[in-house]
Amino acid sequence: MGEIVKAEEVSAWYGKKLAIRDMSLEMKPNRITALIGPSGCGKTTFLRCINRMQEVVPGARVGGDIWVGQNNVYGSGADPVRVRAHIGMVFQRPNPFPTMSIYANVAAGPRLNRTVRKKAQLDELVEDSLQRAALWDEVKDRLKEPATGLSGGQQQRLCIARALAMKPGVILLDEPTSALDPIASYKVEELLTQLKHDYTVVIVTHNMQQAARIADDTAFMLAGSDLVGEVVEYGETKQLFSTPKDKRTEDYITGRFG
Amino acid sequence: MASVPARRDLTYPIRKNVGRLGSLLATLCVVAAIIPLAYMLYYVLRQGGSSLSVSFFTKLPAPAGETGGGFSNAIAGTLLLIPLSSMVGLPIGILSGIYMARSRNVGFARAARFVTDVIAGLPSIVAGVVAYALIVIPFGFSAIAGSVALGLLMFPTVTRATEEAIKLVPAPIREAALALGVPEWKAMFRIILPTAVNGIVTAIMLGIARVAGETAPLYLTILGSPNLPGSPLKPIHALPLQIWNFATGPYDEWHRQAWAGAFVLFAIIVLLNLLARILTYRLGKRVSSS
Repeated sequence: MGEIVKAEEVSAWYGKKLAIRDMSLEMKPNRITALIGPSGCGKTTFLRCINRMQEVVPGARVGGDIWVGQNNVYGSGADPVRVRAHIGMVFQRPNPFPTMSIYANVAAGPRLNRTVRKKAQLDELVEDSLQRAALWDEVKDRLKEPATGLSGGQQQRLCIARALAMKPGVILLDEPTSALDPIASYKVEELLTQLKHDYTVVIVTHNMQQAARIADDTAFMLAGSDLVGEVVEYGETKQLFSTPKDKRTEDYITGRFG
Repeated sequence: MASVPARRDLTYPIRKNVGRLGSLLATLCVVAAIIPLAYMLYYVLRQGGSSLSVSFFTKLPAPAGETGGGFSNAIAGTLLLIPLSSMVGLPIGILSGIYMARSRNVGFARAARFVTDVIAGLPSIVAGVVAYALIVIPFGFSAIAGSVALGLLMFPTVTRATEEAIKLVPAPIREAALALGVPEWKAMFRIILPTAVNGIVTAIMLGIARVAGETAPLYLTILGSPNLPGSPLKPIHALPLQIWNFATGPYDEWHRQAWAGAFVLFAIIVLLNLLARILTYRLGKRVSSS
């Protein structure tokens, strides 16, 4: 179910200012790929390029290609709206739709995009998504209650369920646990290690330990003195953390900066 | 740790009393603002209270000079003008509010905002003249002409309030919608607007409250009529117009009824504003950010 994500020479600008330069990276299916690096190195910018959310920012521009499966997300015929429908995204702060119930939040994507119309099918989809997000047992008796009544950790899992309901091939997560307490974070991490079996998971994280715990592959990014972000090193997490090839990686991992 | 010798703060009593004086002055100002309003209400009721009765709301005006009769045609006219002018002012107001909230720095949006601000300050008689030229000259006096004039006065308030209501919806909500593959316009109409709905309803109420009591444009547009409103294509009467006619007329009965009419109009405005306030309060409780 997961699709391979291949970035080729991806650069992004905010207006005239270059933010990331010529990033080439391959994120494999059924694995968790983590993007780590100090604040401002462009990890989130790169992540948002994958599902074309970057261009939502006024004045933002993206160069290069990103292949998701067989399709070039930046190809000449590509429609950003449809790209986003096939790639799920979870944000740093849980952002359920405040006027909707738990059920309506999960169903929002399929309903608005009219991919599922019959109520019975929708019910099944909502239950399946909430099960996959490890939230079903906690909310199955209160599906019609407002989503804002859930705790932070539950809301974040709800956002994951909402993304899963669109049946994406890739899931992007931008520091998904940084706004959560340790126990809620643990639950989300457990969830991600389950999800990787069915999806390609790419996660931006500030937390090196988190990357070491759950990521199969890790990319270390750094912004140089020109403030432009690049990939410094990319490889299997175990190797990157135990025998980093680049001195800058080693410095970051051992805490000499960042 | 070195100890600092305590110094007596000689200025503290002075500062404390200046503070108290300031609070007192502020309170007095508020009272000063409320007193005229309360007095006005009391005076209007005293002058016209005797004419307020059920028949005031149900009967047409009596023939000149006779007692009795009511303001039913004027009240009905004012109540008719509210939905009619809303049909003109609300679509323009809400849609331009949406546009301005979404395209904040686009040149056209900036120009539109400027024009809206100008029209917001438009003297109401000018709105009447515009409607006169556009509608009355070709088609005659009518409720529709009045609605156009009032709609013109209504929409800047609605535009501004709608823009503010939409800007209050947190950005992550829009991002979440877009990330699901929902197109911009759908995200706006199916997710952002419903989230902002209380603010938009408030915008509508404020717009209506703004025009419900406008008098000047009505002269040039609805003309007045002794009958209850029939077709919107024909002249109608309205409270502000009727109040003016009776207040400046020769009969005491007319004067009393003008006061009563003033009270009814006043009450309508107060109720609309109150409703707007209640809805604004509930807006704060509805959109909760995590």
